[in-house]
Amino acid sequence: MEENSVSQHCELLLIGGSAGSLEVLFKLLPQLRPALPFPVILVLHRRNSAESSLSELLSTKSTAVTGEVEDKDVIAPGHLYLAPADYHLLIEKDHSFSLDDSEKINFSRPSIDVTFESAAEVYGPGIVALLLSGANEDGTHGLLTIKEAGGRTIAQDPESAQMPFMPHYAMTHHAVDHVFAPQQMVHFINNLA
Amino acid sequence: MIEDEDIELLLTDLFDIYGYDFTSYSRASLKRRIVRLCSLDKFPSFAELRYKVRTDVHYLKRFVEEITVNVTEMFRDPLFYKALREDVLPILGTKPFIRIWHAGCSTGEEVYSMSILLKEADLLKKSLLYATDLNPSVLEKVRKGIFPLNQMKQYSESYIASGGHRDFSTYYTANYGQAKFDKELSEKIIISTHNLVSDSSFNEFDLILCRNVLIYFDKDLQDRVLKLFDDSLGSLGYLALGTKETLKFSAIQNKFKQLNREKIWKKIV
Repeated sequence: MEENSVSQHCELLLIGGSAGSLEVLFKLLPQLRPALPFPVILVLHRRNSAESSLSELLSTKSTAVTGEVEDKDVIAPGHLYLAPADYHLLIEKDHSFSLDDSEKINFSRPSIDVTFESAAEVYGPGIVALLLSGANEDGTHGLLTIKEAGGRTIAQDPESAQMPFMPHYAMTHHAVDHVFAPQQMVHFINNLA
Repeated sequence: MIEDEDIELLLTDLFDIYGYDFTSYSRASLKRRIVRLCSLDKFPSFAELRYKVRTDVHYLKRFVEEITVNVTEMFRDPLFYKALREDVLPILGTKPFIRIWHAGCSTGEEVYSMSILLKEADLLKKSLLYATDLNPSVLEKVRKGIFPLNQMKQYSESYIASGGHRDFSTYYTANYGQAKFDKELSEKIIISTHNLVSDSSFNEFDLILCRNVLIYFDKDLQDRVLKLFDDSLGSLGYLALGTKETLKFSAIQNKFKQLNREKIWKKIV
């Protein structure tokens, strides 16, 4: 795929996933080049009793994992942030995080839509957003908001997804620019600058 | 589409007309709440929402209730309550009298959880629990002590995980899909409106709980409220925050020492 320098530009990489997304991340994270020049934010659906074991699990796959976000943490390039269980994760104009424990959206807290929409307001065209496997409608509205703001959106190829519903739902709602299998995602992300 | 300038106008109205100061609330969350309310109440434009808020004092009540977050539960984060049981209450129990402040208590599920802990530690008799919030209507629910029955299964599980040994259902009477908690648990609860943004300290406490309230404030307001808590805590008093909130980088951090893994700090100066 031909990519010119404009389309390789990335200020923030967002990754949203639900059921079946962990195995993709386990494959993806170790292959990303070290010290990516932009921050990565992961929003994953999970049980809220999971404690912090997920961030420990992820940090075995990538040295960039900073752990679960705490209130008002500042977003910096090269770090991989994980939305904490049981909170929505929002982004402020000054590129810091704020947390919100209001009602679940799409039966989820954190909700992928909430973080994606909030990021679209702040990072707009600088966003690259990835929606992975899942059995939920979450993420589609967020991807649409990002597209409207000029950002780029990618869905996991449903063929490759353990739970194809979530990426497929986004595709049928015209929220997706590219459809990639996990190996293509690695290549795409590593070529962003 | 609501612009940032619109939000500023609305916040100015709220302060000028009613004295509610939301200008130091975290913007991303506040804006999301306002956008949500605008679509929930089907305002055709932002201007009409603003007009309604400016002119209708009944609607103002709904507005404030909806843009502030009133989601809470009993024994949320059971390990936090376990730490209160095991590490804090035995120390507080040595005092002749225990004063506890639940700041921003919403509908009071955490206050009743604390009441249960105190009762089980045989400390409720010598305790007072101050429950405050800026919304008068949520405080009415604290007073009644009635919560949805369909939540009780989860609350009971959290209660057990917090180290509770009794049958949770002995604490309430079920009726018409509601659980009414025993009067004994509410007798020591003192209810009052209090706005953390504008009101000052009103007593000295041994333990202050303010969980998942500071996340809605910006850094400056967080610092002001933490100073208010510091001023309201006796020496060796405890301050408890939400699982993702911290005293780190705050102006009062040097006066407090974190107890353990949970977000509980002891005042050491």
